[in-house]
Amino acid sequence: MLKPDLLIVGAGPAGMSAAVVAARAGLSVMVVDEQPTPGGQIWRGIEANAGTARGRALGAPYLSGLATVRAFRESGAVYWPSTRVWQIEPTLRTYVTGPDGTLMIQPSAILIATGAQERPAPFRGWTLPGVMTVGAAQILLKAPGTVPAAPVWIAGCGPLALLYAHQLVRLGGAVAGFLDTRMPAPLAGAARLAAGAVLRSGRELAKGAYWYADLHRRAGRYVRGVVDLQALGTDRVEGVRYRTADGRVEEVETSLLLIHEGVVPELHTARSLGCQTRWHAGQAAYVPVLNEWGESSVPGILVAGDAAGIGGAEAAIQRGRLAALRILSRLGRLPAGQEGAEAACRKALARALAPRAFLDRIFMPRENVFLPDDDTIVCRCEELRVRDLRGALSCSVGANQLKAFTRAGMGPCQGRQCAYTVASLIANVEARPMGDVEPFRVRPPLKPVRLCDVASLAEEAAPP
Amino acid sequence: MMASQATTAVIGGGLHGLACALALAVRGQDVVVFERSWVGRRASGATAAGVRTLGRDPAEIALSLVALERWHRIADLVGDDCGFHGSGQIKVAENPAEMESLAERARLTRDMGFDHEELIDAAELRRLVPMISPHCVGGLVARRDGAADPHRTIAAFRRTAEGCGVTIREGIAVTALEPDAGGWRVVTDAGTWQVRHVVNAAGAWGGHVCRMIGEPIRFGYKASMVFVTERLTPMIRPVVSAAGRTLSFKQSSQGTLVIGGGLQGSADLKTGVTQVDFHALAKGAQSARALFPAIGTVQVVRAWAGLEGAPADLLPVIGPSVRAPGIFHMFGFSGHGFELVPVVGEIVADWITRGRSSHDIGAFDVARLSL
Repeated sequence: MLKPDLLIVGAGPAGMSAAVVAARAGLSVMVVDEQPTPGGQIWRGIEANAGTARGRALGAPYLSGLATVRAFRESGAVYWPSTRVWQIEPTLRTYVTGPDGTLMIQPSAILIATGAQERPAPFRGWTLPGVMTVGAAQILLKAPGTVPAAPVWIAGCGPLALLYAHQLVRLGGAVAGFLDTRMPAPLAGAARLAAGAVLRSGRELAKGAYWYADLHRRAGRYVRGVVDLQALGTDRVEGVRYRTADGRVEEVETSLLLIHEGVVPELHTARSLGCQTRWHAGQAAYVPVLNEWGESSVPGILVAGDAAGIGGAEAAIQRGRLAALRILSRLGRLPAGQEGAEAACRKALARALAPRAFLDRIFMPRENVFLPDDDTIVCRCEELRVRDLRGALSCSVGANQLKAFTRAGMGPCQGRQCAYTVASLIANVEARPMGDVEPFRVRPPLKPVRLCDVASLAEEAAPP
Repeated sequence: MMASQATTAVIGGGLHGLACALALAVRGQDVVVFERSWVGRRASGATAAGVRTLGRDPAEIALSLVALERWHRIADLVGDDCGFHGSGQIKVAENPAEMESLAERARLTRDMGFDHEELIDAAELRRLVPMISPHCVGGLVARRDGAADPHRTIAAFRRTAEGCGVTIREGIAVTALEPDAGGWRVVTDAGTWQVRHVVNAAGAWGGHVCRMIGEPIRFGYKASMVFVTERLTPMIRPVVSAAGRTLSFKQSSQGTLVIGGGLQGSADLKTGVTQVDFHALAKGAQSARALFPAIGTVQVVRAWAGLEGAPADLLPVIGPSVRAPGIFHMFGFSGHGFELVPVVGEIVADWITRGRSSHDIGAFDVARLSL
C-alpha cells in the first residue's frame, strides 16, 4: 500500500498550491484528481487552451492559472489524474479508482481541496432535459469547447453566471435573455461593505461591473428582479415562465435554460470524516469548522480552497499554501527560511477575501431557492417533491429520519442535490435556525463506485 | 418531583421494542418506550430486512416458522404489508461438496420434523434465479421466506403502537433501574418513571441494561455491513445466500441490489459510531460478482454498518431476568432478528401479563450467559 506523507484531493488552485509548497520542502505528496488535466474547475483545460483563441476568449483570470499549473507539474508531487477518491476512512485509509485500477492509500495527512459545487436551487421543471447549470455549461465551454448552437436563456445570479455569459459571447455564442434573480434590497445596506471592498479590491470589482455592463449590452433581454421560475415542457424544456418582484408573469421560449444561484463548499468529504461544520449565514452555506491553518476538527484532515468556504481562486492558492506549511511544521519538516512565507500568505489571503462579504451580500440567494413551492422536485434521484417531504416532516424529526421515511437522499447523488433544501424545510417546519439543523449523515462511499472495483480490493493484502 | 407512571417501560425503540410495546398495549397495558436517539436508529434501520427461516439455528426454527406465518399476514397486525414479499430464500451450492452439506442440512431439519427447507437441483435453481452463474450446482430453498422494507416496517409498527396508546419518548436515555415497591424506578435523563415491569430491548446495549440490574452477562456486538447499488430493472425475486460464502443478495422493490450477509465493519459502543471497512466489504462484492457475473459494472451507491448485540452463541436473549423480578429481556438477536419481530414481542408480553408463554424459549434463557 502507498504511504505518502500527504494526500491531496483535488488539483485546483488550492490543491496544486499546497502540493508545490509541500513537495518542494521534500514531503512525499500525492495529488488525486478526477479531471484528466490539472486546474480544477476554474482553470479546467488550461494547458490545452493557453495560447489559443479560446484561451484568450476565456479571459485573463483564466489564463493566470497557467503559472500555478506549471509550478505544480514541476513540483515533484505524484499526480494521478482521471482518478476518483471514493472513500476515506477515519484511519485516513483512502480508496481510489483510476486508469490503473483500484487502490488503497495510507497517507499521514489529507488535504481536502475539492472546491465548490453549485448551490442546489430546485424550481418547478428543473429536472427537464435542456435545463442545466451554468457550471456544467462552462465545463463544456472549456473542455471540448462547445458553444450552444442557439441563443441561451440564463437565470440566476452570482459571479459565475456573469462570467459565463461574458465568455460565451466572446466565443461566438449568444445570450437570448438573462433572468436576474438577485434581490435588489441588500445593495443599499451593502454600501459600507462596498466601500471597503472597492478600496482593497477595486480591480476585482471593476471586472465584475464590466461583466455586468457587457451582459446588459449584449443580452437580447435583461430582466431584473425575477423572484420565481418555472421550466416549461413535457419531455424537454420548451420555455421558461418567470415572475418578477412587481408581479409580472411572462413566458419565453427556449430549448436551453441555464441556471446558477451561486456556489457552496463541497462538504461531503469533510462531513463523511466527521469534521465539524457550521452554518455560515453570510454565505448561506454550511462550512467546515477550521482553524487559521485549515485544520479541521479531525486530526490529520485539513481543508483548503472553496471547500473551506467560498473565497475564489486567489484565496484558494493562499489557503492551500498555509495548509501545506502547517503540515510541514506538524511533521517537523518545515525548511529553514520559510519564516516569511506564512506572513506573505496571510497578507495575500486577506486581500483576496476583502470583497467577499460584499459579494456574499449582493448575491444572497432569494428565499424560494431554499423553500421552493410544494410542486417542486427536491430529490431527483427518488423523485420526491416538497409536498412529500413536508408531509413526512409532520411525523419525524430531523434529516436522517426523514431520509429513512422517504428515501430522500438515498439515490446516486447521495444527497448532494437535496441536502440543502431538506435542511431548509426542516428549519422552516420546526421554526429552527439552519445552524441547528443537522444535515444528512454522509453514508459511504463518497462517490458511486463500480462493484467490480470494490471486488478487486479483495485481492489486496489485508492492511496492518 | 412525582415520578411519571406506566405499567411497563420498554428500553429501546427498535422493531422488537415497538413490537413488544404494541403487544402489551393490545393486552391492555399502559406502555412507555424510551429510545435514546430515534425509533429504528440502530439495527432496525440498518438491517437488510431478510425474512428468513432458511438455515436457522435449530433452537430458533420453531419460533421463526411461527413468525413467518405472521409475516404473510403482517397487515393484520400493523395495517400495512411492510413491503413484504414471500419470494423465497435460497442458499446456493457452487460445487458438489457444498451441495452435500446442504443435503445434510435438509436431512437435519427433516429429522426434526420440519419441511420448510427443500433441496433443489441446478435446473430448479436456474428457474428461480435465471441470472445465477452457470457454475452453481443447486441449492436449499425456503419458498415462503422473503424480505420486507425495513423503513416501512418501522413506520408501520410505530404507527400501530402509537395508535394503540403506546407512548414513545425519543431522545431519552435510561441511566439507571432501581427496584421499588413491587416494581421499578426507571431513571432517565429526562425524569424518573415508576413502572411494574421493564422490557430490555436495548439491542447492542442489552448487556448494559443487564449490568444496571446486577445481572452481568457475557455479551458482544456485531457491526454487520450492507451495501446498496443504483436502481436496476427487476432481475431477481428470491433472496440468495451462498453455502461457501458470507453473502446475502437481494433486489429491493425500488430496484436497488441490497448486498450483505454479515461482513463486519467496526463500531464504538460508547459513541454508537459505526464504520464501514471497504477492504472487508470487497469480499462481499467479490462473492456477489462470483454468483452474478453480470453485475460487475453496477454502481455501489451506499454502504453502512449496523450495530447489533451478539452473545457468543449468536442466539437471542428472550425471557424473564433470573435475578431481577419484573425485568424481561429481548435482545441480542445477532443480526438475524428481523424475521422474529412479529412473534418475540408477543411472547414477552405473554410472560409479563400471564407469567408464561405457549412457546418454548428455554434456549434463549439469560442464565446461559451469566458471568
